[in-house]
Amino acid sequence: MTLADSITLPQLDTDLVIGGRTFTSRLMVGTGKYASNAQMVAAIEASGAEVVTVAVRRVDLDRSKDEGVLHHLSPDKFFLLANTAGCFNVTDALRYARLGRAAGFNEWVKLEVIGDQQTLYPDTAGLIEATKVLAAEGFKVMAYTNDDLIAALRLEDAGAVCVMPLASPIGSGLGLLNPMAIRTIKHRLTVPVIVDAGVGTASDATLVMEQGVDGILMNTALAAASDPVRMATAMRLGVDAGRLAYLAGRMPRREVAVPSSPTTGMLG
Amino acid sequence: MTPLSTAAATIALTVNGEPRSLPAGTTIAGLLAIHDLDARLVVVERNGTIERDRTAFEATALDDRDVIELVHFVGGG
Repeated sequence: MTLADSITLPQLDTDLVIGGRTFTSRLMVGTGKYASNAQMVAAIEASGAEVVTVAVRRVDLDRSKDEGVLHHLSPDKFFLLANTAGCFNVTDALRYARLGRAAGFNEWVKLEVIGDQQTLYPDTAGLIEATKVLAAEGFKVMAYTNDDLIAALRLEDAGAVCVMPLASPIGSGLGLLNPMAIRTIKHRLTVPVIVDAGVGTASDATLVMEQGVDGILMNTALAAASDPVRMATAMRLGVDAGRLAYLAGRMPRREVAVPSSPTTGMLG
Repeated sequence: MTPLSTAAATIALTVNGEPRSLPAGTTIAGLLAIHDLDARLVVVERNGTIERDRTAFEATALDDRDVIELVHFVGGG
């Protein structure tokens, strides 16, 4: 039994419900950039994640690259979430979302409309437009966005079932750059807030969850760790630690010391 | 089969961005079989439209100048 197994989280936490579906883990993970498929599967299992993201790409007809990810991940065991990564305009994002729904097993999409190659920051105007179209087609849209409150509010209005602000740029590992912005988004939105991108190590995950958000999605932090399986375990514990600390409510910060031991009864 | 009839019985199309020549009458299922692809794990987009009904793959013949995209899920974040 691991430390994580010994903690009865269900009794200490509330369910994560997105778009009417209850999820078992607040940690969601990607499937990209692992050294091997075996390592990917081992890391995902260690993370305890239920939601696993995948990308939609052309089949390599020459078979010079590896096979599709479904040869390694069972849709019965994981909730496969297709993304629209790599799409730089609304038309492409809609096309990839529809292909993903046809390829997959559910009507959910992690919507990305990227606005800039260097930063991979989202095109929020394009995101809002694409969210409206997809929501009207019955998609459950999880929208990857920046840490901007107004964009997050507009995405909620457009019909997103959850909003996914970044902690820092995709693949950067810089951690949570603007805790206040994330807290503000969480306070103001009704739909769940899942922080997506930028987490580098377990303390980053804890800090993100301590802001009160509903979950985290990460990929590179696991895949690019020297030992992805150990890091996946650390992230699982880090997410749970941050979530419990948030629910527990931290003590107030003071800039003066307050003794922990009695000040009376000292020897005379 | 004579060379003449072979030449007459081919269609030219584009599959995943590459020009292809296939025997006339090749179905979607036939194209997948050529590449040893499992229909359940592949999405077929034909001339911009997703072929949603996989049970129709056996009966759907490809046409000359079709633009076909065969896509699937790969690792991603």
